[in-house]
Amino acid sequence: MIYLDNSSTTRQYDEVTQLMYDVAMNTFGNPSSLHALGYEASNVLKEARERTARCFPAGGEIFFNSGGTEGDNTALVSACRKMKRRGKRIITTAVEHPAILEVCKQLVQDGYIVEKLPVDSTACICTDDLRSALTEDTVIVSVMSVNNEVGTIEPVLACNDIVRAFNEQHGTGILFHTDAVQAFSKLDLRGLPCDMISVSGHKFHGPKGVGALYVKRGTNIGPFVNGGGQESGMRSGTENLPGVAGLGLACEMSCAGLEDKMRRMAEVNDYLRNGLLSELPDVLMNGPEEQGLTYADAGKRCPGVLNLSFLGTRGEVLLHTIEQDGIYVSTGSACHSHKTGDSYVLTAMGRTHKEIEGAIRFSFNEFQTVQDMDFVIDKVTQAVRRFRKLGSFR
Amino acid sequence: MDNNTNNKNLYIVRCGEVALKGMNKPYFERILLERVKGALRVYQDAEAKWKEGLMLVRVTDSDGKAIRRIANVFGVASVSPAVETGRDMDEISQAACEYMMDIVNREGIKTFKVKAKRADKSFLVESPDISRIVGAAILKYCKVLKVDVHKPDCELYVDVRREATYIFRDKIKGFGGLPLGTNGRGLILMSGGIDSPVAAFMMAKRGMTIEAVHFHSYPYTSQRARQKVEDLCRVLAGYMGTIRMYIINLLPIQEQIVMNCPEDETTLLVRRFMMRIAEQVAVRNNCMMLITGEDLGQVASQTAEALVVTDKVVDMPVMRPLIAMDKIDIMDKAREIGTYDLSILPYEDCCTVFLPKHPVTKPKLRNIERSESALDVEALVNAAVDSLEVVDITPQ
Repeated sequence: MIYLDNSSTTRQYDEVTQLMYDVAMNTFGNPSSLHALGYEASNVLKEARERTARCFPAGGEIFFNSGGTEGDNTALVSACRKMKRRGKRIITTAVEHPAILEVCKQLVQDGYIVEKLPVDSTACICTDDLRSALTEDTVIVSVMSVNNEVGTIEPVLACNDIVRAFNEQHGTGILFHTDAVQAFSKLDLRGLPCDMISVSGHKFHGPKGVGALYVKRGTNIGPFVNGGGQESGMRSGTENLPGVAGLGLACEMSCAGLEDKMRRMAEVNDYLRNGLLSELPDVLMNGPEEQGLTYADAGKRCPGVLNLSFLGTRGEVLLHTIEQDGIYVSTGSACHSHKTGDSYVLTAMGRTHKEIEGAIRFSFNEFQTVQDMDFVIDKVTQAVRRFRKLGSFR
Repeated sequence: MDNNTNNKNLYIVRCGEVALKGMNKPYFERILLERVKGALRVYQDAEAKWKEGLMLVRVTDSDGKAIRRIANVFGVASVSPAVETGRDMDEISQAACEYMMDIVNREGIKTFKVKAKRADKSFLVESPDISRIVGAAILKYCKVLKVDVHKPDCELYVDVRREATYIFRDKIKGFGGLPLGTNGRGLILMSGGIDSPVAAFMMAKRGMTIEAVHFHSYPYTSQRARQKVEDLCRVLAGYMGTIRMYIINLLPIQEQIVMNCPEDETTLLVRRFMMRIAEQVAVRNNCMMLITGEDLGQVASQTAEALVVTDKVVDMPVMRPLIAMDKIDIMDKAREIGTYDLSILPYEDCCTVFLPKHPVTKPKLRNIERSESALDVEALVNAAVDSLEVVDITPQ
């Protein structure tokens, strides 16, 4: 099996699974309980938090939650609620994950104005657009770190600087959030000066249903989920201890030796891309050609993703064809493949219906090798040739 | 009568057309009785028997679904929850009063009307008199009630028979039709759309045992599309028991057609292959006819001319129960039998994969046969039949 759908989800590290099993079996206490079992559990929680925090910028706090969607929801809704007297304007991008865009839709119904920054043909926003979109009644700016469909590294650092400068100039307190779900374990987050960062465990070989929101110290937001006061009152609900422990370990493991891993992943990514482009005509690259390894490489492509349109085919058919050879990919974004209609990200990049229809996203993990890609190149090439010959009439 | 009979609920089941049968009536009655018992197998204590032209069912309705289960049996015209009492007028009145009082307490009705029937003409009181006597007793017993013969809140039926009297109120409609298994075996071409499940249902309702054949075009269609068809069969199995489903990948044939035949004839050529393959499957599995959900003029492959061309390839009769129905009525029927919401899930089926831009609507047999001569029809059909997968779909 060659699993090239790692942007949808990943296989848990065996060590993570083992740790979660151990915690579920042996440390089942409630971290809030006063007795010894509770104390042990709170130690597991503390260790997981420390492990996670080491992968984030210093000077902030980690709040565990149920994943990327909750993190994004919390960031936007809590910021808006806390700053409702400051203004009713949100700035984000046209290519965010639905966890941002759908919340924005709801906030619009509550009277908010949402400004979605457009993207160029590589899904990258333009920092000048942000500059001119900022107003004194803006409460939050949310820009994703890496686009989930095409892998574009957005200019998060520059955007953060622009917001900061605007705040200093106008005495505003606009918050800056980034959805780093696709960036974590690909780019080093430690130098990131954002106010809030959301990540999701299952995108980096951690468990599903658990994630974290990083909040820089001094950032003034309230809770989204209320109740028994867990997570310093920021996210109530008895902690998902096996999940949180698994997340902590997955953070540590996936970020160890990050630079080397990314260099290798970029090599594998390039090898697949060059292989397919040299074997097949009429293949269109979706997203930036050049790969980048850090947040400073804005406008380049994260090595985790390769999105290609095989003109004259249908992505869905290719997907089902190569799955028979044990190769798993996705068309556009997995969160969308059960809905009909074109990917809004590719549409925002100016792709036509025909181009979108033939789009396949390959997304990698740290274990894959150049040798694996030979098989993929072979099978994809065969499938594309077969169906180009046959076609379908529409 | 055993001891716990009184704790069980009593249902009067009326059959529709079975009652019209002549010499064969005992046969149909026996099968219907079996089907009703089969539908109630989930209850440990169900009993059913024929008595004076009525089917009496006694069962402890532990999940509140007994009546629905009975009404869903093909051949059942209507079902009524009833109480049984003796043939003495005082006894009948007393039972009727208690029955009404219960309804008054539960529903707060204000008006009623009694409709009595004397199936046993040797009973000395005539029907209008029974109604009057029972009505008077109820008025005296339930002070809040008034008689309203035009628009009563509740109509109470009193049915005096040779051995007992039955008191009941509602008649829950069944589907009618004939008991399953009294009318041969048919093979439905099941696509996953709205029509074919309805067609299968309608034939089963006339007593036909149903098997299904499904064509897919994996990898042009997905596993979810196939799952959808299995789910549809599962809904149907709720009415007709386990359905055997034959699954065949049509893509090798579609590829040959696309590469060798004119584009505008694709759909029709594919239909002809489906019919041929279905006939082979039917013959091998003792099905005597094919069933399709075709509806005259609905799409290009279902015009009169197209149907003539598709029919030409099979010897077996092809049943098209929806042929003269309007789409909107088919959709209503699909909602009624509970297949509609599944049918509209947006997965590709094999009919939509190689859809020509402008399909022929008035095909000529001669042209179609000429196009087909580019293909090795027999070999393709045999290969398809040999590749079939069998799945038995059991009711939920």
